Amino acid sequence: MAEILGETVAVRVNGEPKSVPAGLTIAALLREIGINPQKVAVERNLEIVARSTLDSVHVQNGDSFEIVHFVGGG
Amino acid sequence: MTLQQDIKADTWTVAGRTFTSRLIVGTGKYKNFEENAAAVEASGAEIVTVAVRRVNIADPNQPMLTDFIDPKKVTYLPNTAGCFTAEEAIRTLRLAREAGGWNLVKLEVLGEAKTLYPDMRETLRATEQLVKEGFEPMVYCVDDPIAAKQLEEAGAVAIMPLGAPIGSGLGIQNRVTIRLIVEGAKVPVLVDAGVGTASDAAVAMELGCDGVLMNTAIAEAREPVLMARAMKSAVEAGRLSYLAGRMGQRRYADPSSPLAGLI
Repeated sequence: MAEILGETVAVRVNGEPKSVPAGLTIAALLREIGINPQKVAVERNLEIVARSTLDSVHVQNGDSFEIVHFVGGG
Repeated sequence: MTLQQDIKADTWTVAGRTFTSRLIVGTGKYKNFEENAAAVEASGAEIVTVAVRRVNIADPNQPMLTDFIDPKKVTYLPNTAGCFTAEEAIRTLRLAREAGGWNLVKLEVLGEAKTLYPDMRETLRATEQLVKEGFEPMVYCVDDPIAAKQLEEAGAVAIMPLGAPIGSGLGIQNRVTIRLIVEGAKVPVLVDAGVGTASDAAVAMELGCDGVLMNTAIAEAREPVLMARAMKSAVEAGRLSYLAGRMGQRRYADPSSPLAGLI
């Protein structure tokens, strides 16, 4: 789906409010932030988004995302 | 079979995955990724624990752990450190599974920040739910043989009692209960937490544990890479000592040289 020119949606990413172009897929949102979708896991409104669907699921107004990866830990 | 072959064949298996190294190391508290990677290499560990945390979206191009420790070469064992309820832990591990694509995970549900003792009610509840969802949880727990049995019945693929509080370095404080857990378990038992120095790791292995998991003992050593190497030797020595079967203990001396033929 093409981006709708000029329109934006309000989302939260890792707790931070963000305004992003309407019509983005989650994969496109990640790239816009500068994140490689292959290196992270995404939760949208408390539901896991399968990596295989990041390219097809679209960002909706009001979505809340958690984007996580592996860090050092014991 | 020669001694070398015996040692080589001494593998252990958790949830169908077979490993040679009985040392699992954490990846927290290191000065930098380079030192961390060098310590993992020196330890010979085939499994490392990792945490699941938010990507820093303000600076997403910071170096990542995966750039230094290759998840294709070393098994990443995602943990739930910092989780105080079953729900938080399950949510974290669902994300971990999506990030890594595997089911083998380390469950820990903490009861309080001061002691980081596990909350066993929440731990058992989380274990049951994770198993239903197809996870293979290795479970951090108290040194209670009954609780260990309950975890095993719930589907834990490994039992990981603490030897002393996380990060304390106090050594194995509970040899009797660790031994009881080892004797009763049909799944691998690993001491998780409490090791401070190499002899502690050897003690854990001499009790018959299948392995030892540690982080701070290596990361906070003055020379972490050297300590990682020491831990590798200690785990191997402790394991061999367990297999060899130690001598009995006596209250008094027993001379090693013959009494007969004294001049």
